[in-house]
Amino acid sequence: MDINRIHCENGDKCMNGLHETSAGRISKQPHRMGSLREVKVCLLGDSGVGKSSIVQRFVTDTYHDNISPTIGASFMGKTLQVGNESFKFQIWDTAGQEKYRGLAPMYYRNAGAAIIVYDITNQSTFDLIKVWVRELHQHGPENICIAIAGNKCDLEDLREVTERDGAAYASEINAVFGETSAKTAKNISEIFIEISKNLPPLEFEKYKQGVIQVDSPKKNKRKGCCK
Amino acid sequence: MATSLHSNQISAGQEHAPGGSQNPVLVTKDSYEELEEDLSLDVDQSRPRHASGVIAEIVESRQHSEVDSNQNNAAVDYPATDQQVKGITADTNHLSLGDGQLTDESEVFVEEEEQRLRSGSVLQTVEKTKPAVVEEDIHSAAWKKHKKHIFILSEAGKPIYSRYGNEDKLVTLMGVIQALMSFVQDDKDSLRSVVAGGHLIVFLLRQPLMLVAASSTGESQQQLFLQLRYMYNQILSVLTHTQLNRIFEQRRNYDLRRLLSGTERFLNSLADLMDSDPCFLLTAVRGLPLDNTVRDVIGQSMQSAKVKDLVFAILIADGQLVTLVHMKKYILHPADLHLVINLLKASTSFETSDSWVPLCLPNFDSSGYLYSHISYLDDSPACLLLMTVDQMAFKEMENCKQKILEKLKKHNCLAAIKDSVKRGSYTCQEVGISELRHFLYKNKSTAQFTAPSWGAPYSDPAEQERLFSLYRFVHQKVHNPARPLKILFYVGSHESALGWITSGFELYAVFSPLTTKQVAILAVNKILKWIKKEEERLFILNPPEY
Repeated sequence: MDINRIHCENGDKCMNGLHETSAGRISKQPHRMGSLREVKVCLLGDSGVGKSSIVQRFVTDTYHDNISPTIGASFMGKTLQVGNESFKFQIWDTAGQEKYRGLAPMYYRNAGAAIIVYDITNQSTFDLIKVWVRELHQHGPENICIAIAGNKCDLEDLREVTERDGAAYASEINAVFGETSAKTAKNISEIFIEISKNLPPLEFEKYKQGVIQVDSPKKNKRKGCCK
Repeated sequence: MATSLHSNQISAGQEHAPGGSQNPVLVTKDSYEELEEDLSLDVDQSRPRHASGVIAEIVESRQHSEVDSNQNNAAVDYPATDQQVKGITADTNHLSLGDGQLTDESEVFVEEEEQRLRSGSVLQTVEKTKPAVVEEDIHSAAWKKHKKHIFILSEAGKPIYSRYGNEDKLVTLMGVIQALMSFVQDDKDSLRSVVAGGHLIVFLLRQPLMLVAASSTGESQQQLFLQLRYMYNQILSVLTHTQLNRIFEQRRNYDLRRLLSGTERFLNSLADLMDSDPCFLLTAVRGLPLDNTVRDVIGQSMQSAKVKDLVFAILIADGQLVTLVHMKKYILHPADLHLVINLLKASTSFETSDSWVPLCLPNFDSSGYLYSHISYLDDSPACLLLMTVDQMAFKEMENCKQKILEKLKKHNCLAAIKDSVKRGSYTCQEVGISELRHFLYKNKSTAQFTAPSWGAPYSDPAEQERLFSLYRFVHQKVHNPARPLKILFYVGSHESALGWITSGFELYAVFSPLTTKQVAILAVNKILKWIKKEEERLFILNPPEY
């Protein structure tokens, strides 16, 4: 397996503040403050907790009661203005089912932020977020901003996880926390705004960017196997 | 009253089967022949998997070319990412269901699941899409009334899937099935079918799974086998053969429903689709009627946007194939395309955003996944699938899709597709044969078929069902392995039907019940002429290649 290729293909070129101009020519200009910053965000969590609903609410401001489960993962983009900075969120909405777990690394690699979602009406989904946090700490990017969302907070009478438990765990691991409801839109854009404030500093990305520039011209030299 | 005729009564030449093509877009091997081969291997269970290792082959050739290019450039080391890369290499061919996960963590998950069941959480109600049906069990009258049941269980007798009713309540039935099958298996034999009253019960063993269909629809054993094979392939398309085997090697009593959760809807929709869509019966794909100039432009747009490692690019609208571009060496099997069409039919989650889905195409390579970029183009009914062997290539596929989309927009192709979908298939009247009510025509050299829309008197779903079972009846008669027929003319109380098989095509035509043999034969010749005239619009004849 070609290390260089993987290295430059994994989306570094598109998410760490680099302007992608063409496959082989990547702008050397890093983002300045006040300009558009691209952020890769991935949503993790058990199936049925409402990851897709959260993304749908955030991106298109709509909500559907009975959406079919995500297969694999889906991708959406949305630009958000926070203060005088713009953030272009590139959101990976992953499938929660166990069989797709093996794919998760591909989505959180090089991500600026991860939102781990649980369902406040289901204790076992809350227990699962610890597994995800552990995995992110072990295999995820070093400076990834973790956010924890307790979704379905409109279903107060079915609650199994208290807000205090959620908040306590989040502060223990230094994560952004919010109880959300994709149905009522509560805290949905707030959690993204909060993420934008807690992103890893740009200096880190500049360093990474240097790495890419060394090998990025190689992209052009790749040979096809199937002309 | 079935009468067989002599083929020389029919004048049309077989060499010029309308809709034929030199470069087929799909694998054209007859699935009934395949089935025979398949079943003959049943006993020793050493069924060779189709073209296994194709994905590995593609990945390998890619790696070779990369190593070459690498040697020309000074290799740069990135210790930080080295390990990740290794992980990815190991993952390219299968979703890592980490070994540890199966043994240690899975215990945790079992507990979790039990908890979930006990707490009766919201999730449960979300997952069961048909709560009314789920309540049925073996004693309820409604359950017994269903025309076709399909059961899937593991060799250990654990329920995996039932078309109707909750599997948990059918444990005893699954136990009986398992006992029956393994009893016969003990004698190094295999149980094929049992006739019980009006029901035909068919058993298919695909280690480590057992599949059973119990039907009162009058379908033949072969037809039911074929449907069970589709169900099996649907499970493979989610898990791959390799992973399925590994799971059961590690734990023979594993509850597979855990891994399949969320995909029951695909099994359900596949079972429903097989009862209504002739494409499964014919193992052929229906092309969307389009002007051939438009289709060529679409094909060229897709071809010119080629990126590395792209194996198949498929454009589907409304369950019909618009066009397909494939790597020169690899051809798609229609049965695999049926699974893709079923995937799109059964899930609405692709409509809202671009998806990245690992998909195993069992007839292409049952040991690994093709990673598929799935997107509906510009809110049109046209859905583009880009399939690659590279798990990390989402961005490349996204760019490729953008290029294709721009070109299609520029040439107004999306509008043409939209129009065609809106207009639907042609009516039987357009063919201009007064006695003709409906027909199915399959060209064998392209594995594509065409049929008019369900016009009167078949606008009613119940009538459609009756017509479909007539087609199935004629089909099973001409495909009878003991006594295959070339031509069959059948007169029933509601209509008469003609089935005609040549080396180039299969044609099934339905007429009013008083139509005579001679009139019917004249009519089918006219149908062939009409199809010949329209073949460029109805069939995909010159698909571009990568």
